[in-house]
Amino acid sequence: MVEVLKRLTEARGVAGNEDEVREIILELAAQTGAEVSVDRMGNVIARKPGLKTGKKVMLAAHMDEVGFIISYITDSGMLKFHTVGGIDQRLLLSKRVRIGKKGIPGVMGVKAIHLQEKDERNKVIDQKQMVIDIGVHSKEEAQKLVELGDYACFDSNLVVFGDNKVKAKALDDRVGCAVLLELLKDTYDFDLIACFTVQEEIGSRGGEVAAWHLKPDMGIVLEGTACADIPDVPEHMHITKMGRGPAISYMDRSSIADPELFRQMVKTAREHSIPYQLKENIAGGNDAGVIHKSRSGVPTVVVSVPCRYIHSPSSMMDLNDFNNTIRLMKEFLKGCESR
Amino acid sequence: MKELLANLTGVYGPSGKEDSIRSAIEKEIKDHVDEIRTDTMGNLIAVKKSTLSGDKPPVRVMTAAHMDQIGLIITNIDENGFLRFSNIGGVSPFNVINRRVVFENGITGTVSYETELENMKDLKLNKMYIDIGAANREEAEKQVSIGDVAVYYAPMAAAGNRYFGCAMDDRAGCAVLVQAIKTIKDSPNELIFVFTVQEEVGLRGAKTSAYSVNPAMAISLDVTLTGDTPKSRPMAVRLGAGPAVKIKDSSLICHPRVKNLMIDRAEEAGIPYQLEVLEAGGTDSGSIHLSREGVPSGVISIPCRYIHSAREMVDKNDLENAVKLLNSILENEIVL
Amino acid sequence: MKEFLAELLDLPGVSGYEEIIARRISDEFSKYCDEVQTDSFYNVYGIKRGTAPKDGSPAPKVMRAAHVDEVALMVRDVTEEGFLRFTNIGGVDQRILLSQEVTIHGREKLFGIISTIPPHIQEDGDSKTAVKMKDMCIDLGLPVEKVKALVRIGDLITFRSPLVSMAGSMVNGKSMDDRASVVMLVEVMKELDRLKYQAEVYATATVQEEVGTRGAIISTYRVEPDIGIAIDVTHGETPDAPRERTYAMNKGIVVAKGPNLHPGLTEKLLETAGEYGIDFQLNITSGPTGTDARSIQISRGGVPTVLVELPLRYMHTTVETLNLDHIKQGARLIALFIASLKEGWQEWLKY
Repeated sequence: MVEVLKRLTEARGVAGNEDEVREIILELAAQTGAEVSVDRMGNVIARKPGLKTGKKVMLAAHMDEVGFIISYITDSGMLKFHTVGGIDQRLLLSKRVRIGKKGIPGVMGVKAIHLQEKDERNKVIDQKQMVIDIGVHSKEEAQKLVELGDYACFDSNLVVFGDNKVKAKALDDRVGCAVLLELLKDTYDFDLIACFTVQEEIGSRGGEVAAWHLKPDMGIVLEGTACADIPDVPEHMHITKMGRGPAISYMDRSSIADPELFRQMVKTAREHSIPYQLKENIAGGNDAGVIHKSRSGVPTVVVSVPCRYIHSPSSMMDLNDFNNTIRLMKEFLKGCESR
Repeated sequence: MKELLANLTGVYGPSGKEDSIRSAIEKEIKDHVDEIRTDTMGNLIAVKKSTLSGDKPPVRVMTAAHMDQIGLIITNIDENGFLRFSNIGGVSPFNVINRRVVFENGITGTVSYETELENMKDLKLNKMYIDIGAANREEAEKQVSIGDVAVYYAPMAAAGNRYFGCAMDDRAGCAVLVQAIKTIKDSPNELIFVFTVQEEVGLRGAKTSAYSVNPAMAISLDVTLTGDTPKSRPMAVRLGAGPAVKIKDSSLICHPRVKNLMIDRAEEAGIPYQLEVLEAGGTDSGSIHLSREGVPSGVISIPCRYIHSAREMVDKNDLENAVKLLNSILENEIVL
Repeated sequence: MKEFLAELLDLPGVSGYEEIIARRISDEFSKYCDEVQTDSFYNVYGIKRGTAPKDGSPAPKVMRAAHVDEVALMVRDVTEEGFLRFTNIGGVDQRILLSQEVTIHGREKLFGIISTIPPHIQEDGDSKTAVKMKDMCIDLGLPVEKVKALVRIGDLITFRSPLVSMAGSMVNGKSMDDRASVVMLVEVMKELDRLKYQAEVYATATVQEEVGTRGAIISTYRVEPDIGIAIDVTHGETPDAPRERTYAMNKGIVVAKGPNLHPGLTEKLLETAGEYGIDFQLNITSGPTGTDARSIQISRGGVPTVLVELPLRYMHTTVETLNLDHIKQGARLIALFIASLKEGWQEWLKY
């Protein structure tokens, strides 16, 4: 399982450029025996036809991650960039990135502390002023390695550490993708459609068209969600707590959970003694926002794995939460068979 | 109208939890319509068939008012039994300080804030809480849960022709629509009345219901701001000067033909009306007009002071004239 | 071409009120199209049908889109003195408004001036802060009774700024954004008439782009295209704007790259440009663009979309400046690109 997470999180897949992670998912999804296809937006659709004909359950996790896109090359060969998706500009200094298909290494440096004026250290550097250095000496040299429009992402390997924890980039939402790949191994009496969406980080654009053409009867979104159970954050703003199990959302900024699905999800966790938590905050949004409003409406619910430090190169997750999320989802889907 | 409005504003129904208000409205209108149903998201959809017979299909007109109201959703219960909350829809911290709020099960509480705060300008909802009188977490959890939603506890009061209360946004629109359904004469148009859900969180019920109803034209009914209070933001709408025909807001530019149809009907029937240019905010027609290949849409607005507070104020004459205006639009054959 | 552009700039086409300009565009389209349609929101569709592939395989349906609406003002209130208070429709920098000439579309067309306070009675420091739009008013030079009889709340106000020719092929005027692209739609039709192509080509003059690409949402739903080509303006190089976010006025049209645009199709478009020696510049965008492409891409089950842009200086002002040569070059590129869509075009859309 950790191997799959490693492959998924280390693959590059900035919103709009999900090729590398898509290839891996196509391969792994096909291994489960699912019928796989890619739609016109680049979403991967993996379908496990039901043993009986009838309802369609759409599971969605997004493949894309936040990152950068190269917008301009200066005369000295430094790269200017835009951020793709929401990234706190304060965490960019002194980070490594990989650029383009070839994964050209680059760094986001900052002038040495010795060269700074005293009060500079308290000032935030605007992302528009930053550059990526790929170690070349001229524009011409840079152009041989990088093209305008190349995407860049954080350079960060998966590490297992601490008490059953992992650190990786892009846990939001490769962890959801990993859950879906696990769920695809089973077959149910309804059509199980796992949708690995693109462009969630820039406004759930992949999820919107996928829900449109899949016409599901029910939607479940699997997310890696924020977790702020760290010092100096008041308890009521923790959102989720690490190690307490999958977080079930009653509401976030993009959707209100279908009341019946929400109830059933909580009931399933309780009946099977699977640890779970309610997401204690309604900030943020996800693909549920577009799925539940598709056509005449789709009952939808969101289940998330708590991840600290998302949208950074070093996000963190508890493997127990991950495994419990898979357990909860399996029991829930089994429970759907009778309904 | 007064009784109907008092009744509707008193029913619990924040976005996502519209069951009670839907039942209340269904009870009011079910004997006056040909069909009635509830859709996936919880929109209440009622149909009055066209009187036309023959091959020509009637024009299908959707009229919408939203049932939901703003609310406070519990996100955390602390060890001392205080409830932390976030907003459902546009909740201003200043509007809720020391207000009494009520949950679906009737439990009430008072809203307050962390008083160590030095500057009230910095007051945010995450520095506020609801006190339901519980001594600790355990006691609180016996009465409410995370995800429960409170709304203002504010029974309607009247001062002459002016009505004060919570949830005038948009139960005033619902009341107008209910009254129109009860009093409308037979119509050559196919009339679809939709009481929508989740307007306050982004016009969501209107989006899915417009898709399934697939109308040729739509009108929504909602409240709008006024510019008639001391040093208010400049706006040409006044309370009591008649329903407002919307020109634009942030969510839509009303279709010129629908807008003109409304003005023409108001003038023919001698119904007082005003024109409304709203520089912020949106309403259900914003979603409806972008459905499928586009639905020419307009809005009848009910002037309302102190929107999203526990003491929203509307005028009886505006409500009655809105009913008249709506009926005169819907009863006549519509040619777009 | 310049004459048609000049004519378009003079027609009112405020977001939500595009009927008049739609009629003129419909007339122009019908000169070059097999069929012209207008929908209830006044999106205009010009349809040209190519020669279907010999092997009976489906030809692509391609939709090109450029918006007709313009940023403008709207009457918010009439003061006791007979001046007009106003609000904006679409993004308008309030600092360009003082002393502008405007047309009020009331019961009749009226000339108006946005008033200013003379320097003689200003306080020290007044000229350091921008006047807010809500404090400005329009003077019609008419007595209040007359104003109240002719103007009502919600009446539209457009800027008066006809086309002016500048050095070489540069021109300026109001509403170049995006009427210049509408002119390009027509130029593409002329180019297509000289080429062999298979596609069914829709030219859609969209409405309400400036208030949220609303015309593109409903028109794309209606057309259900296989491929979308959005045409809009982007920022031309000026000394006060960062170099990396602007484009030269004489180095060719701009092709956008980013998540909003289909990578394979964009690559094909650039290959076409290379093949025919058409100069282009690249605009790298990181999210949904502010153009019709934003909505075209996610219509129904998704529409692979490309975006072609004209560099334009001083966007959303009354002196928008652009190079007419770019319209020609863009039209040629788009027509050649459409003609290059032959059997097997579906392969280009794959991921």
